[in-house]
Amino acid sequence: MYDYQAGIQDWLGAGLPTEGINAQHPRLADVARRDVPTCSLDERLGDVRDRVAVAGWDTCVVVSPELVVLGLLRAKELNADSDLLVEQAMRPGPSTYRPSVSVMEMRRIMADRDLDSSPVTTSDGRLVGLVRRQDIA
Amino acid sequence: MAQVIDRETVRRLIEQGAQIVDVLPAEEYGEDHLPGAINLPLRKIETEASRALDHTRPIVVYCADSA
Repeated sequence: MYDYQAGIQDWLGAGLPTEGINAQHPRLADVARRDVPTCSLDERLGDVRDRVAVAGWDTCVVVSPELVVLGLLRAKELNADSDLLVEQAMRPGPSTYRPSVSVMEMRRIMADRDLDSSPVTTSDGRLVGLVRRQDIA
Repeated sequence: MAQVIDRETVRRLIEQGAQIVDVLPAEEYGEDHLPGAINLPLRKIETEASRALDHTRPIVVYCADSA
């Protein structure tokens, strides 16, 4: 006999598939862009900006080596002085959302808070992907 | 005494054919449950477990969270 003590909230928080009524409605786990560029605190901003541009993005998520979300670089931050370190330029501690949040609820949140994008993370803060307003409109 | 396991171990046990038991009330089970889980609410588990479960296979039980 085994006890999955962390329970279904842990499972949902990791964006894993479930069965049931709620599973029929799209969630952030289904729409989050997992190919969002990432960078670390000690990188040079100019290098990150170039890499992000080549990848066709205008946003980069700052993560720890364990992929814990630390900050966000949107267009404004990416266009700062090239010789700054990411840590100096980033927007720290962005609001994050769990993979289990419904797309319908996220639309409302993004409209209420005027968000263009937000990181989606597990319950322990690890990056799952980026949800963009344009992808759930 | 049940052995506490993590998410990755649950995934591995599911692949190996373990029985997954959701002990939440039926309504919550209906909203969301782990793939392949059966519902045995806590208040019924003593009377129903012997009928519903194969004790020759691993059994994983779970609730909402650790609270």
